[in-house]
Amino acid sequence: MTTHSDEHHIISYRKLTGIWLILLVLTALTVAITRIDLGGFKVAGALTIACIKAGLVIAFFMHMKYENRLLQILLFVAVVTLAIFIGFTFFDVLYR
Amino acid sequence: MTHAPHKDYSGAKLGMWLFLFTELLLFGGLFVLYAVYLARYPQEFASGGHQLNVVLGCINTLILLTSSLCAAMAVTAIQQDNRQLTLRLLGGTILCAAGFMVIKYVEWSAKIHHGIYPGSARLVEGPPGESIFFSLYYMSTGIHGLHVLIGATLLAWIAWKVRNGSITRTDFVILENGALYWHLVDLIWIFIFPLYYLML
Repeated sequence: MTTHSDEHHIISYRKLTGIWLILLVLTALTVAITRIDLGGFKVAGALTIACIKAGLVIAFFMHMKYENRLLQILLFVAVVTLAIFIGFTFFDVLYR
Repeated sequence: MTHAPHKDYSGAKLGMWLFLFTELLLFGGLFVLYAVYLARYPQEFASGGHQLNVVLGCINTLILLTSSLCAAMAVTAIQQDNRQLTLRLLGGTILCAAGFMVIKYVEWSAKIHHGIYPGSARLVEGPPGESIFFSLYYMSTGIHGLHVLIGATLLAWIAWKVRNGSITRTDFVILENGALYWHLVDLIWIFIFPLYYLML
């Protein structure tokens, strides 16, 4: 058995606080871009920022960046499954 | 014959993540419904979305991001063997959860007071798109709120275990999994907030 101290990466308070600040800035940015008239870009912009925020939470708050390959691959499979689920629904809805 | 209690750290975490994937698909289903009906009723969704309180939505977003920071820091604190700080940070997360639910209560009561709730006379007589928007709003924020309550209860139980010494620097997978659940709650809100409050 490998020692525990090797397995667990400790993320510093400083780094976590930094991520939190970025998340706050991105939230403010989402509010700002949805208050002005961007037409179709509004939805795309808001969702892109939401995805970036989700990525930051998963990578740092949820430690995914420091996890083993198996968990990272499983996350990838889950996200791809969700994307297929959403994508194929839209093929059906938009081209029916 | 006595055995040391079996600990499978990676297994415990793998199990938690598999559960989180099913949660992702549950909310994914609600988001697909939202997207399909948004494509069908863009005007009604816009007028529904404009009736939601952006300021309260913003405050709740800040509260949840901060609660997530506390939960992540609690894991760091236990890894550094700082039990007092772990407990304080978990307390902070639970306090944020309570604040979130109070604001949710205020939001929902205002809506219900204006006659906007599933099956209300106003929605039944109104255009179908608006009633679908608010049904999805209550469904998504309701299931999300349920997760907030479950997560806060879970973290309170975990704080109790930290306090009595059954979660320690070398054995903290329960705390880590509890924090993961809490981050999922934050993750879902990161999508609910722009979808319902902002981009319509």
